[in-house]
Amino acid sequence: MSETLLDIRNLHVWFKVYGGVLKVLNGVNFNVKFGEKVGLVGETGCGKTTTMKALLRVLPNLALIPEGDIFVRDNNILKLNSKELADLRGRGLSMIFQDPTSALNPVFTIGQQLFDIIQYSAGSSGRKVANKKDVALRALRETRLPDPERMLDSYPIQLSGGMRQRVCIAFAIATARDLLIADEPTTNLDVTIQDQVLRLIRDLVEKKGASLILITHSLGLAREITERVYVMYAGNMIEMAATSVLFEKPFHPYTQGLLASVPRLSGGGFAEGIPGRIPDYRNPPPGCRFEPRCQYAFEPCTKAMPPCIDVGDGHQVACYLYQNGQEDRINA
Amino acid sequence: MPDVMGTNNNVLVVEKLVKHFPINLSGIFKKKWIVVKAVDGINFSVKQGECFGLVGESGSGKSTTAYMTVGTYEPTSGSLLFKGEDIARPAVKRSMHLKKDIQIVFQDPGSSLNPRRNIQNILEMPLRVHHMIKKGNSIEKRVVDLLDVVELPSHYRFKSPITIGGGERQMVAIARALATEPSFMVLDEPTSALDVSVQGKIINKLMRLQKEFDLTYLFITHDLSLMRNVANRIAIMYLGKIAEIASATEFFQKPLHPYTQMLLSSIPILFEEEAKLKPNKIHSVGEIPSPVDVPPGCSFNTRCPFKTDICLAEDPVMREIEPEHYARCHNI
Repeated sequence: MSETLLDIRNLHVWFKVYGGVLKVLNGVNFNVKFGEKVGLVGETGCGKTTTMKALLRVLPNLALIPEGDIFVRDNNILKLNSKELADLRGRGLSMIFQDPTSALNPVFTIGQQLFDIIQYSAGSSGRKVANKKDVALRALRETRLPDPERMLDSYPIQLSGGMRQRVCIAFAIATARDLLIADEPTTNLDVTIQDQVLRLIRDLVEKKGASLILITHSLGLAREITERVYVMYAGNMIEMAATSVLFEKPFHPYTQGLLASVPRLSGGGFAEGIPGRIPDYRNPPPGCRFEPRCQYAFEPCTKAMPPCIDVGDGHQVACYLYQNGQEDRINA
Repeated sequence: MPDVMGTNNNVLVVEKLVKHFPINLSGIFKKKWIVVKAVDGINFSVKQGECFGLVGESGSGKSTTAYMTVGTYEPTSGSLLFKGEDIARPAVKRSMHLKKDIQIVFQDPGSSLNPRRNIQNILEMPLRVHHMIKKGNSIEKRVVDLLDVVELPSHYRFKSPITIGGGERQMVAIARALATEPSFMVLDEPTSALDVSVQGKIINKLMRLQKEFDLTYLFITHDLSLMRNVANRIAIMYLGKIAEIASATEFFQKPLHPYTQMLLSSIPILFEEEAKLKPNKIHSVGEIPSPVDVPPGCSFNTRCPFKTDICLAEDPVMREIEPEHYARCHNI
């Protein structure tokens, strides 16, 4: 256990809504080792952000967690009281959000916000942190922001999109953290800026020896940065493998469909995509949640959730096709 | 100005097109106007039956160009010729046959379709406005036909756009554009609000419709990999100006302009075969300057790794470097 930083086991998250319960996460298993860069890939509405919100315990009030555990350094997050949680958030985890414009408070300067973060990360003891400004300047310098002194006195609206996201990264790395969660950090940025921001995140994580969870819907980004990738569909982890292995040889029909529908730089057209759409979370299919869209679906798929099957080298797939010699169904 | 137009069978010819937006910086009493140069003198032409791609980062003026084509904005100066007819005026001053002939599909089908109307109403509108239904023919039959063209079942006409998925909504938006039997369609990032697995279906459908109805497309996107798969010719925009125009194959195999090379090397890719197509890695530096404050000389000089003295002083003109391959750079 000692080398595992984060371990999410069989996590279920439901949302109470008018007319029922949305069963969004349906038994998510996810783990991150120390110093590892992990990708979490999936389409809109498949529960990527919900998983991370559960991990930070910032789910809305209407959410409930009927089942499951989240361990960070062997502490069960779901059982911590608010003081312990504040310590954990201050020292252990930090998150970079998708939209830097709404993640930054428009009425405070970058400096004020950054000083607060540094103060809180010192823990709940209330002790004043003496060298806040030095720490803040170092963080801004590390994200290669021009003129960090001036940056401390600027308001978020005075900065461009790429600079705002760098400021958010500076917030996340200002004090030492074990785990950096980047939730679609570059979706709102242009390609050339995306390239800069990603290189920055990767370099910083490697330099600091922290772990990284990169949440993205872009398979290309996951391939460039991460070492291991989880593919998520409708609240389930359906495939997990080392990044190079996953893109060379995807096993799950969903991953295969997804990879085939990505347009390639080399041309030659692309597949029609996957028919249908994500199931209604109020009434999800009882078996595999991908079954209504799956071209290989057969009898057991409609009955129960497929278990995670190891197909070698730590490559795991949640699909009945790979259980005791059903593989030939794919070619049939 | 060299002949960027090509020679014959041009549907749309754009010459020295300029769109400046005046912005009032200060208060009500003391007015100080500045000008955002959204589009600053562009030349291109779209040939009959082709898919002309317009790529660029946000703020490069590609959508402004599209909106001038459909008549949302009136150009500040320059000419827009559609089949030999001057269309450089807003839609209210255009004749009906022009409005019928040029249609647009917007980026976000969630906001381009009225949620208070059902799909029947949405599709009926253009049919009624343009008197597309001869006396005695059923308008409902035409609506069902239109839904059939985009492979949606006929009972969808009773649904509201908010009850259907994003991909299906975009299909309705495409059906609405096709209702007036246009010959020219502007596609303004038709799939960037959608997931990859849905994108494939929409794009492939658009490509089939193009052949079926002999349509000409002006396709706008920021996704170069997608562009590779759809466009015949590509123009790349930077700060309101076109940096390079070439055929799709040429554009990816022999990118000439440093900005094109930077953009291509910034794209995250999925497969090994694509890596070969990437030019030598030009690390992206800096950010796109504000279109209010365009740097003197070549507008790309703030980020260009190959800049020389002349780039700081003089704005390059578009030159034909190879047959049908135009670039606007001093150093090629």
